[in-house]
Parts: sequence; C-alpha cells; structure tokens
Amino acid sequence: MNASIHYITILPELILSVVGIIIMLADPFFDAPAGRSRKPLGWVAFFGTLAALASCFYQAALSDGSYSFFHMIRMDAFSVFFHVVVISVSALAVLSSLDYLETQGIKSGEYYALILFATVGMGLLSSAMELVMLFIALEISSISTYILAGYRRRFAASSESSLKYFLLGSFATAFFLYGIALIYGATGTTNISLIAQALHVHGHVSALVYLALVLMFVGMGFKVAAAPFHVWTPDVYEGAPAPVVALMSTGPKAAAFALLLRVLFGAFGSIAAWWLPLIWITAALSMTIGNLGALLQNNVKRMLAYSSIAHAGYILVAVAARRPEGIAAVLFYSASYAAMNVGAFAVASHFASRGEKYVSIDDYAGLGRRSPVLAATLTVFMLSLIGIPLTGGFFAKFYVFTSALASNLVWLTVIGLVNSAIAAYYYLRLIVVMYMKEGDDSVEIVPVPVAVATSLLLAAGLTIYLGVAPGSVLAYAGRAAHDLLRF
Amino acid sequence: MVPITWYLVLSAILFTIGVAAFVFKRNIITIFMSIELMLNAVNLSFVAFAHMWKDLSGHIFVFFVMVVAAAEAAVGLAIIIAVFRTRQTLNVDRVNLLKL
Repeated sequence: MNASIHYITILPELILSVVGIIIMLADPFFDAPAGRSRKPLGWVAFFGTLAALASCFYQAALSDGSYSFFHMIRMDAFSVFFHVVVISVSALAVLSSLDYLETQGIKSGEYYALILFATVGMGLLSSAMELVMLFIALEISSISTYILAGYRRRFAASSESSLKYFLLGSFATAFFLYGIALIYGATGTTNISLIAQALHVHGHVSALVYLALVLMFVGMGFKVAAAPFHVWTPDVYEGAPAPVVALMSTGPKAAAFALLLRVLFGAFGSIAAWWLPLIWITAALSMTIGNLGALLQNNVKRMLAYSSIAHAGYILVAVAARRPEGIAAVLFYSASYAAMNVGAFAVASHFASRGEKYVSIDDYAGLGRRSPVLAATLTVFMLSLIGIPLTGGFFAKFYVFTSALASNLVWLTVIGLVNSAIAAYYYLRLIVVMYMKEGDDSVEIVPVPVAVATSLLLAAGLTIYLGVAPGSVLAYAGRAAHDLLRF
Repeated sequence: MVPITWYLVLSAILFTIGVAAFVFKRNIITIFMSIELMLNAVNLSFVAFAHMWKDLSGHIFVFFVMVVAAAEAAVGLAIIIAVFRTRQTLNVDRVNLLKL
C-alpha cells in the first residue's frame, strides 16, 4: 500500500480552507465603524474559489490515479471532475451572494467562510477512498449548509428550514453511519478498495452486507434528495436564503452523487444485481413525485425544489444503467444541472428583493418587458431544465436515456420520457407568465448589479456551451468513469 | 465472556429506540437527543466489531463519530435557539410555517 503523502492531491481543499480561515480572522476588523459591509470578504472568497479552480486544472494536468495519505485520498479524473463542478458552483454562489447579503442586511463574513468550508467537504467527498474520510467529508459539507440555511435568522421560515434540514440530515447521517458499521463488521475494513476485494473474494455475500447497503443507501438517498427520502427538500429550499439554495441544490447534490457512485461501483460493484432494484424504484419514484409536486407549486423556490427531486431521479436512471457510459452521463448531468440550476436560483435571489418578498410565479408577470436580460437568462435556464436542444439539459437527458436503453431499462426510460414531457408544463408556465402576461408594476425590479450579472452570464454561457459543444466535457466524464471503475 | 451478538443486538435495539423517538416525540430537544442515541448505538456496534476483528480502525472511527456528534450538537442547539427566538415554542407541530 502506498503510504506517501502528496499535498497536491488535496491542493484545492487546502486553498479553500486557508482562504476560509483568513476570512474568519479578517471579519472582526470590519466591526470597527459599526456594521461595515462585508463585500470585500466576499471578493476574497471569490478569488479563493478561482485559485482552487486553477489548482484543479493543475491536478488534471498531472498523471492521474495516484493515491496518497495512506490510501485515503485518490486523485484521478473522477475526483478532478467533481472538484471542478462543486468549486465552480460555490464561485457562482459567492458571486450571487455579494449583493444579496447587502439587500437583506446580513452583515457577516462567516457566511463566505462557511461556503468555502462546505466546498472543502464536497471536494473531499469525491476524492476520499476511505469510509472514515467519506463520513467526515459528508459532515463538513452538511454542517456548513445547515448553518447557511438558517442565515436569515430573524425570519421564522429560515430558522425553521435550517431546523428541518438539520434534524432530517442528522437522522439520515445516522443511517449512513450504521451502514458503515455493518459493512465494517462484515468485511473488517473501512477502505473502499479492500471492501470491494473482500466482497469479490467471498463470492457469497452475507445478509449483513445487504443490510449495510440498504442503510447506506437511505443516507445517500437523503443527501441527493431522491424520493422517498425527499420530504425535507421543498421546505428547506423555500425557507433558506436563495443563493444558499443555489449552492445546496447543486453542489452537495453533485458531491452526494460522487459518494453514491464511489460506494455503489467502488465498494458494492460485485453485487450490482442486488442494488439495481433499489435504484430503479427510487429513480422512478423521484421523477414522478418530483414532477407531479412541481405542477402544483406557486412559489418559484418550491417549484425548483420539486424539480430538483425530479432531476435526482433522472440522474439515478443513469446510475441504474450500470455501465461506463451511464456513469459518464451521471457526471455530465451533474455538471449541466449545476450550471442551469445555479443560474435559475441566481435570478430568483436577485428578483426576490429585500426580505425575499417576490417569490411567487405571478410576481414574474411582465418581466420580459420590464427586465429583458433577466427574463432572457431565466428562459435559457428553464429551457435547459426542460431539455430543449442547444442547451446542456438536452444532452444530459439524451446521454442518460441512451445509456439506460443500452442496458435494456426500457420501462425506466419510458417513465423518464413521460416525466420530461410533464415537466415541460411547469417550466414553460414560468416563461409564459414572464412574456405573455401583463405585469403588476408594484413589483419593483432592482437593476442587476455587476456581480450578479457576471454569475448569470457565466451560468448561461456554461449551459449553452454544454448544449452546443458537449464533446470535451463528455470525453473527460468518460475518462472519469473509467477511473472510477478501474481504481 | 459476553458473546459479540449481544452487543450487536443491544446496539440494534438502541438504534430502533432512537428512530422511534425521532418519529414520535414532539419536543425538538428530545428529537435531537434521539439522534444522539442513534449515533451512540452505532458507536457500540463499531466497538464490538473492532473487538471481533482485533482491529483498531473501528475504535478510531468511534472517536471521529464523537467529534462529529459534538460539532453537530453545537450547531444543532444554536439552530434550536434561533427557532425558539422566532417562534417561542419547542414543539415541532407548532413549527409549521412551511407546510410539509
């Protein structure tokens, strides 16, 4: 076993942690003339994420597949891919928070530090090869997001959303942990590759392993917000600050899918026939419940929450395909979902204005006339969420369903396609309201600040880029899938 | 010598009590305590298995779980205080601004 320590394998995490700590240290100095704006700290956080992003590309250029920290961390195309996704998400989330915090009157530098710490956790989730490490990474990202969800603490809804997220999140973590304990009992190790070896060698697998798998799946199902473990999602997304929702509906979700892939294909790869039904049922339920739930919503954040459940379902379809192309599709979907959803929530958080007043779909009436740029970008994100060609969402769905068909999952594909058609209704409804309905002029529209405009343009640009030229990203996702299966 | 199965059964019972309390109790603090009970039930399993395998990593895992549980308690109690300040109640049925 390779016992060497290479700091390069955790370089993005090191950068993010150091910048986060610097922000925490600098924060008190902003108290002097009471309540100065913490915007400069936000910019520090933003440049920190850019530096971390650059270090990911540096990692990608090195020879991949190297282990370090006593087989705890693995740096390969898989980890680099997810690092790039989650760090980009937090960069965009920081950008759309800068002016949001000003509008809401939240004066706090820790907010940015917490975003960075959450990103550290998400990053480690994709590179850890040891269940101890995975558990800690999961908790770093979860605990930070519990706090972030309650950041508008004078608003009852925000504290409440934080409380629900915290209680159900810890509940799910306990299940995940019990699963780890049982798999440790069955195999005598907590290392993913050694668990895979042990399960492979024994051939016949004990009931303990199955129980461990189910318990771990419950925990992971909660983190990706898949039905039937989704009940927290709409409430938490509705109450939490909008830029935080932009972060936690995409970053932790992508990281949780990294965890899911690592556990299912890494540790439990040899009993794939057994976990397939679990994934099948969860995928079908998530797509159906998510889309039907979204049809009934009038609050944009709640609608996007149900849509995020549905998208978790689509991604699970690709997991169920159990083939390298399917894994690549999971990665591609996570990336394009991140781009379009961060963008959609960035629009929502800017539009909501002070105290998050404007969150219902009817408030968006006439936006096409009153703020053409905001409406146009939101339209791009909605079209991508539907899966219209020339947007990232189209190729994401295309790869998911082709890989499912290649594995003969005909019924799951049919359910998925029917659901995509249903989903078009509620996304299009928002577009129709924006362009076809006369607006109520009492809804004030603040001009878009530079930071928000940048994050919107970046998100829209990425969404369209993934829809026009998906080749290079998909090729890298393919390499990542290969690395995941090889380890 | 007590056989290992007994520890595992005890751990499973404690975990189940934790789950049941989480679902049926109405006070937020009690719900929070039931999560701690679940985590500690898992710890018991870890220690029992570590003893069975004559392996240290199970013990180490327990330390990390305790650290994480402490961090969770700090954050959790802070969140509970924030909720209490805005709602003046610790009953989950009355913390219902957001419909489930």
